[in-house]
Amino acid sequence: MSSPTAVPTASAARRTDVPLDPDAAISIRGLVRRYGDSTAVDGLDLDIRRGEIFALLGPNGAGKTTTVEICEGFRRRDAGEVRVLGTDPATGGRRWKAELGIVLQSGAGDSQLTCRELLRAQASYYADPRDPDEVLELVGLTEKAGVRGRTLSGGQRRRLDVALGIVGRPTLLFLDEPTTGFDPEARRQFWSLIRSLRDLGTTMLLTTHYLDEAEALADRVGVIARGRLAEVAVPAELGGRGSAPVVVSWTEDGVRRSAETQTPTALVGELAGRLGGEVPDLTVARPTLEDVYLQMIGDRA
Amino acid sequence: MTATRERTLPSVVEVCRTRAGVELKEFFRQRESVVFTLMFPVILLLVFGAVLDYDLGHGVKFTQYFMAGVIAAGILGASLQNMAISIAAERSDGTLKSLAGTPMPRSAFFVGKIVQVLVVTLALIAILLVIGVLFYDVDLPSGTGWLTFAWVTTLGSAACTLLGVAVSSLCRNGRSASATVTPVALFLQFISGVFFLFSDVPAWLQTVAALFPLKWMAQGLRSVFLPDVLAAEEPAGSWELGRVALVLGLWCVVGLALCVRTFRWQDRGTD
Repeated sequence: MSSPTAVPTASAARRTDVPLDPDAAISIRGLVRRYGDSTAVDGLDLDIRRGEIFALLGPNGAGKTTTVEICEGFRRRDAGEVRVLGTDPATGGRRWKAELGIVLQSGAGDSQLTCRELLRAQASYYADPRDPDEVLELVGLTEKAGVRGRTLSGGQRRRLDVALGIVGRPTLLFLDEPTTGFDPEARRQFWSLIRSLRDLGTTMLLTTHYLDEAEALADRVGVIARGRLAEVAVPAELGGRGSAPVVVSWTEDGVRRSAETQTPTALVGELAGRLGGEVPDLTVARPTLEDVYLQMIGDRA
Repeated sequence: MTATRERTLPSVVEVCRTRAGVELKEFFRQRESVVFTLMFPVILLLVFGAVLDYDLGHGVKFTQYFMAGVIAAGILGASLQNMAISIAAERSDGTLKSLAGTPMPRSAFFVGKIVQVLVVTLALIAILLVIGVLFYDVDLPSGTGWLTFAWVTTLGSAACTLLGVAVSSLCRNGRSASATVTPVALFLQFISGVFFLFSDVPAWLQTVAALFPLKWMAQGLRSVFLPDVLAAEEPAGSWELGRVALVLGLWCVVGLALCVRTFRWQDRGTD
């Protein structure tokens, strides 16, 4: 039931007629992937620049993981063109893989090896790896260096997954729901890790269900719904958020009132004059990323 | 900046060495696999050796016969059962997929597994022979016997390793692999002349056993541990070493073909 008029921003995201960008970290045109009768990815176009953190948002089943895993070379595609660091993932060899770091949703598996042993083994597959002990320090697992992988807690294991993903010194890092199962403090620590990796020049493609995470980390976010990219924007402007009407709420005569306006300052001034000074229970709010996101996927779902 | 960092990828040999180390640690640190694969045949030898030490005639005790069988069964466990269960587990928990996303040469993964099977098998054979000699007076092979011993065990474990890798693709996870493979292995042990004399097994079950590698490994090893007069007790009246080589070689070919066709680095339905 999705009519083109209901998607005013879609034209910006449709770029099948634009050629692949050879300099982009990831460039995708008209990507299609079907599973039996259902179409998981249905003509998706996307460009991710080198050096940026790009967050891919979307409900379960929207095609996020399929798209990411096609880029990683794990899944085949039915149609479309994909270049990851200039190479078609379907034909990427060892040298190409050495440029990637992959943190899978499913993690890196159980192991009897210790964290340090796992990182040393992983490092030995790459041409120019990071020092395993430095990586352990970076993800905050130094104290667990001698502990076996399978005895770690959920959050520690996820940090180990990230450590395994970055030990090869990737140019491009894929992070598929990296902070699921983290407590709030661990997530903050993880965010600062991601920012320091960006400062080192790593491009990142992040998929997440946490909108605050996308807002905190991403240079740009893309919302994927029904196998297509609905919109790409900087977090503050997604869904016309930057220019959306502001909701002003207050209490007057014991009744909660609210009004949408493009000129909140004027409205608050008028209220202050009318109510004589302090406006009771005043709030001024722009739509949150979550508001616009839910509206966007609601339109399409 | 990237130009100064340009270095060549590690050689396949180096990565193979890493993988061999990883596989050995994974095996020997996991209590289940050590008990199941290494200790189980040892316990069988100790128990059966103590209970069933009757005379087979010609001054040969059953323990001498059982030595061939328990080594064959041990090889089946160290190769087929071990590979089927461990690879199914690694596929379902994401280990294989994760490795496939690295620049590790895929051949190095299989080299690591082969080294694991080789080391475990050699350790197992050594332990079984030492126990056999120390506790049950088992006569060790002599001269060309060792040569036969070497090729039967090598060909047998190659066939069973390949089959184990192939079977792993049929199972959803390690637990289901264990539940599928263990009863089949036990059944084959009962009908292939491991616990009982093969000549006591009903003819139709002998035919079933002859389809699988275990019977031929046990028979080939009996030719090493038993005096030639007992060859008359075999179904063909001889050790049939040519046929042993043929059947085990065929299973290698079939196993390899199945591996190439069925091996997956991730769970079904996610390619």
